[in-house]
Amino acid sequence: MSEGNAPKRLIVEADSKLKLPRHIKLRHDAGRDKWLLLAPERVFEPDDTSVEVLKLCDGEQTVSAIAGILAERYQAPADVILKDIIEMLQELADKGVVKS
Amino acid sequence: MTDVTTLPREEETSAEESCARAPVGLLAELTHRCPLQCPYCSNPVDLERVNTELSTEEWQSVMRQAAELGILQIHLSGGEPTARRDLEAIIETAAEVGLYTNLITAGVLLTKERLAKLQEAGLDHVQLSIQDVDPENADRIGAYKGGAKKKHEVAKWVRELDMPLTVNAPLHRQNIDNLPAIIDYAVEVGAGRLEVAHIQYYAWALKNRAALMPTEEAFSKTVEIVKEAKERLKGILVIDFVVPDYYAKYPKPCMGGWGRGIINVTPSGRVLPCHASESLPGLQFDNVKERPLADIWLNGQAFEIYRGTDWMKEPCKSCPRKEIDFGGCRCQAYALTGDATNTDPACSLSPLHENWAKVAQEESHKAAPEFVYRRMGKTQVTVNK
Repeated sequence: MSEGNAPKRLIVEADSKLKLPRHIKLRHDAGRDKWLLLAPERVFEPDDTSVEVLKLCDGEQTVSAIAGILAERYQAPADVILKDIIEMLQELADKGVVKS
Repeated sequence: MTDVTTLPREEETSAEESCARAPVGLLAELTHRCPLQCPYCSNPVDLERVNTELSTEEWQSVMRQAAELGILQIHLSGGEPTARRDLEAIIETAAEVGLYTNLITAGVLLTKERLAKLQEAGLDHVQLSIQDVDPENADRIGAYKGGAKKKHEVAKWVRELDMPLTVNAPLHRQNIDNLPAIIDYAVEVGAGRLEVAHIQYYAWALKNRAALMPTEEAFSKTVEIVKEAKERLKGILVIDFVVPDYYAKYPKPCMGGWGRGIINVTPSGRVLPCHASESLPGLQFDNVKERPLADIWLNGQAFEIYRGTDWMKEPCKSCPRKEIDFGGCRCQAYALTGDATNTDPACSLSPLHENWAKVAQEESHKAAPEFVYRRMGKTQVTVNK
C-alpha cells in the first residue's frame, strides 16, 4: 500500500463539514422511546445533545455554524459549545459515525 | 453515548432488568450449507439439511415479526447465507420493515454483480471472514482452494460499491502469529472494522480444541498487539477483540445474558436463545412455523429457563458480578460440568476452573492434532499436511 493512499484519521475542527455516512442510521425508536444510531454490528444510544448535533450534520454546515445554532437555541456562549461539540464529534468520528 | 451492542461479545453489558425486554438483534442462520469446512465453525455438529430449510416466505415473515418485536439488526448468517438464491428477497423485506441488515459471509460464492444486487435490495453492511493472511494456510484451514484469493477480491468489491466492511478473523494457534499482518490486511482492504475473535470452544471448535488452542504466551502477545494497533489506528480501524475464555479470569456474558438481547433462528426455523443451546438437555425449542416470534421470545420455555438470575446456584447466586456476566455460558457449564446451572468453568470462582485452565496449558504445548473438518452428516478426520 502506498503512503499516499493510506487512510487517515479525520480530525474534527471548527470548519469541518460533517455528515453521517449512508450506512449510519439515526432514528427514533417508538417502542423504546429513544433515539438510536444504527451502525455495523453496533447500536448506540446518543444522548439528547448528540442527537441535536447529529441532526445538524448535513455535510454543508461547519461545526462552528452548528455551534452557533445551538448557542442561540440555548442562550449559551458559542465558544464553549464549539469546544464541547468538537470533542463529541471527534469521538463519533473515531467510531466511524460521522465523516467529512 | 452508550453502546448497546447486538452481537455477543465480552466488552460491555449493563444489566438493567432481568425480565424480558425487546431483543436488539436476530441471528438468522439461513442455511447450514457452506463451501468451507472450518474446523471451528459455530454451527452445531449435527448440521441441518437443505430440505428442512425455511422457505423464502417463511424467512420474510420472520423479518416482519422481528421488526414488530423491536429487533433492530438482522445478522444474515449460516452456514454460508449467499448459498441461498433468495437472499435478495429476504434482505428486501428486512429493509422494507426498517431492519439494519448485516451479511456475515465467507464471500467465496459471491460475484460483484450479486453483491450489487444485495446492496440494491437494501443490504447495509458486509462482514467478511478470513482464515489467515497467508493464502496457503488460509485455504488449508477452510479446506477451500483459492478461497483466500477470492475473499481479497470480494473485500475490494465491497469497498468499490461503497459499502461498509468488517473483516472477521477468528484467531487460534494455527494463525495467531500473523495477527499484525491481519490488522494490516484490514486496513489495506479498507475495512472500517476488524473483529479479531479468539476461538470460543463449542461445537466443532471443541472437537478441535487441541488443534486450535494457543499458548497463554501467544495469547498474551495478541493482547499487546491489539492494544497498540487500536491506538495507532484510531479513526481508521475499529478493532473488536474477543479473548479466549480459557485464559480469562471471569466468564463472558454469553449472548449478553440469556434471553436478554439476541434471538437465533436456525435454518429450519427453530428459535434458540443462543446458537449452541441445542446442546443443552431439557430445553423445548419452538419453531417459527408453529408459534409467533414474540410469543416464543416472551414465553418460550427455552428462553424462560435461564433468563435473569433466579436459576443460579452458588457461587453465582451471591456474586456481585451476576448481572455483569450472568454466570457465563450455560452450554460450556453443561458440557464441562454436566449441569447447566453451574457457574461456567471459565470463571475463576468455579471449583473446576483450575483443572480446566490446565487443559488449555497442556493442549497448547503439545503438537497440534489433525483437524476434524466441518462436514455434513459425518465427522471425518482429514490429514492436513
